[in-house]
Amino acid sequence: MTTAIAIEGVSKHFRLYHQKYTSLKARILHPGRIPYEEFWALRDVSAEIEAGKTIGILGRNGSGKSTLLKCLAGILKPTSGRVVLRGSLAAMLELGAGFQPELSGRDNVYLNGSLLGFSRKEMDRRFDDIVAFAELEKFIDNQVKYYSSGMYVRLGFAVAVNVEPDILLVDEVLAVGDERFQMKCMERVYRFQAEGRTIVVVSHSPDMMRQTCDQVLVMDGGRLITIGKPGEAIRAFRDRLLDTGFVPEPGSPEAIAAGHAAEVRPMRPRMVRIGDVAVEHDDQDDRPYLVTGEPLTVRAKLDVTERVLGAGFRVTILRGSDIIFISDTGQHAGGVNLEPGPQEVAFRFARIPLLDGSFSLHLDVRDAGGVVLDMREPACTFEVMNPGRATGLVDLPMEVELVQLESPPYSEAAGSTWL
Amino acid sequence: MTTVSEVAKGGLGAEAFVPGRRAWGDSEPPARVVSSEERMWTRIRALWASRELLVFLTRKEIKVRYQASVLGLLWSLLNPTVVLLTYYLVFTFFLVSAIPYFALYLFSGLLVWNLFSLGVQTSATSIVGAAGIVKKVAFPREVLPLSQVGVAVFFFSLQLIVMAIFLAAFRILPSWNYFPLLVFALVDLVIVTAGLSLLVSGLTVFYRDLEHLIMVLMQAWFWLVPIIYSFNNHIWGQATGAKRILKFVYLADPVTPIILTFQRFFWGKLGLAGTTATSIEVHFTYGTYATLLAAVLGGSVLVFLLGMRVFGRVAANFAEEL
Repeated sequence: MTTAIAIEGVSKHFRLYHQKYTSLKARILHPGRIPYEEFWALRDVSAEIEAGKTIGILGRNGSGKSTLLKCLAGILKPTSGRVVLRGSLAAMLELGAGFQPELSGRDNVYLNGSLLGFSRKEMDRRFDDIVAFAELEKFIDNQVKYYSSGMYVRLGFAVAVNVEPDILLVDEVLAVGDERFQMKCMERVYRFQAEGRTIVVVSHSPDMMRQTCDQVLVMDGGRLITIGKPGEAIRAFRDRLLDTGFVPEPGSPEAIAAGHAAEVRPMRPRMVRIGDVAVEHDDQDDRPYLVTGEPLTVRAKLDVTERVLGAGFRVTILRGSDIIFISDTGQHAGGVNLEPGPQEVAFRFARIPLLDGSFSLHLDVRDAGGVVLDMREPACTFEVMNPGRATGLVDLPMEVELVQLESPPYSEAAGSTWL
Repeated sequence: MTTVSEVAKGGLGAEAFVPGRRAWGDSEPPARVVSSEERMWTRIRALWASRELLVFLTRKEIKVRYQASVLGLLWSLLNPTVVLLTYYLVFTFFLVSAIPYFALYLFSGLLVWNLFSLGVQTSATSIVGAAGIVKKVAFPREVLPLSQVGVAVFFFSLQLIVMAIFLAAFRILPSWNYFPLLVFALVDLVIVTAGLSLLVSGLTVFYRDLEHLIMVLMQAWFWLVPIIYSFNNHIWGQATGAKRILKFVYLADPVTPIILTFQRFFWGKLGLAGTTATSIEVHFTYGTYATLLAAVLGGSVLVFLLGMRVFGRVAANFAEEL
């Protein structure tokens, strides 16, 4: 085991001034010490992060998680303690940070690479990949100020991931671009994991952490609460929220964390492996999309190594990171008995109510006790086209009925004030 | 039946668990330490490693400045040309100075002064102006003020080109034997400008109005160095006693010997010809220039180290102060 990042007793201390004087004039007019409050954003945080692991940093707002990430990145210097990093590093705290609007995309790629500490030669080698990844071939010589925000962010992400750092630090910036680009970003993150790079991600989303992280670090009040497997750490985080009498606002990241912090069991040993997953429509033509309202079939290849009785499949359809629905064979059809050997399973939906957009599909398989045997997230992506006029997320057919009333639709008292 | 979906590659499925190669191969990658106690030497090494970034930022500054204009870089050549021509006309025909070939004399001094004052003044806001990057990207912050010094050096070389054209047009020969000293003086100048730039840029983050104070101080400083007037002034005369000390203090300004060297190189051959025994030629031999410049080098390095030290102290808090 190699340690990629060693955090050694890191503390970070901020001074919060009641009245901040940022000019010489004000400083001369107000001689003497300026009163301030001490604020410890980090207190004696120590942890070792193994090379090749993906680590999540979880915490509520103000817990110090972003400060910790900035200390790892070297943007903030710890007040005491130190961070030792092995290998090249790229931090994505803000995509396209350091882009100069006046310069062309090309110049900005080189400048950004240079800011991240990569030489011109290295950037020459990666330039084409970066441009291809960002899908900006046609616009690369245009000034960045004429880019749309999507193009801007795509270029920023493309630079950060294509310089192939040993350590990648990410601060909740993955939710960028359209769905297809988001998927591409996630794919790149998975590839990074497969290549044995170290990833540290700060996120509000425990779900995302559970899917991608090997270990989660929980921060609260500037202290490290726990570091451990995602399931345990997320539970510790939820317990912490309850212990401290913290009442999360509905819809807040903390509330979501508390709600989703269900049991997670180890995924191994793998009795079942999910292979390729495909979405199909019934028509004979080869159009590459689904039409709203038609039947949909999800076909998955399975490799079963041990017999599983009463297995349950769960199909989740998402748009971006928003779950649209989860369909569980356990609820609908009862368990399936799986015999060893390669096989194919099909799930059929009689009518797909989705309107326009690209969607991703997750598939997991559990045993009768609910233990996850394998999961593919995402398993595949598909597009839906809506021939009708309805807009939004789902197609809810609506009927109109008109009835004549005997009396006016408003009361007599209020009547005179109308119009 | 038609398949409409794309298979997502490298999900959390089987293939994602293939034991991956280490990004850095078998050897141990170099360690990097983030702490508030960074040694000067470590920082200077990091700065050296970022020299390419420095060049990038310098080029960016120049490019941004001239991107929108049709004439582009010609503008920056035009400005010193017009200035030099104006001086030539004014000081040859209207305001005849006691200093012979005054336009040449003035421009020699201004070459030095422009680099120095432009470098220091534009550096003042270099950190504050780049707040967006400083808060989000980690890199040696020193490159921000230093890239402004780079820009000043660039404009200096353009002015040098104009000067060369001017010399060629009027068939004036500089004192070539002083060329090594000219290079020496330029090295001194860049180091002292860099040192002050670091100092000023770091402090401006905490005192935003320092920028204006520097502008005023620079205007006063301009008159404390012999650019408009001659160092070879009667107040030194036969400098004795208190005047000697005063003269020493005057020369202790690192910019003064650098300016004197530039004047000696460009103007000296012509300007000193036929002057009397009071000329600086008598007091200032080649060796004196060399000694002065060596002293200035020592002083410049000290200023640079002081700049680095102060900058290092304040740089740890840049991201939170901006």
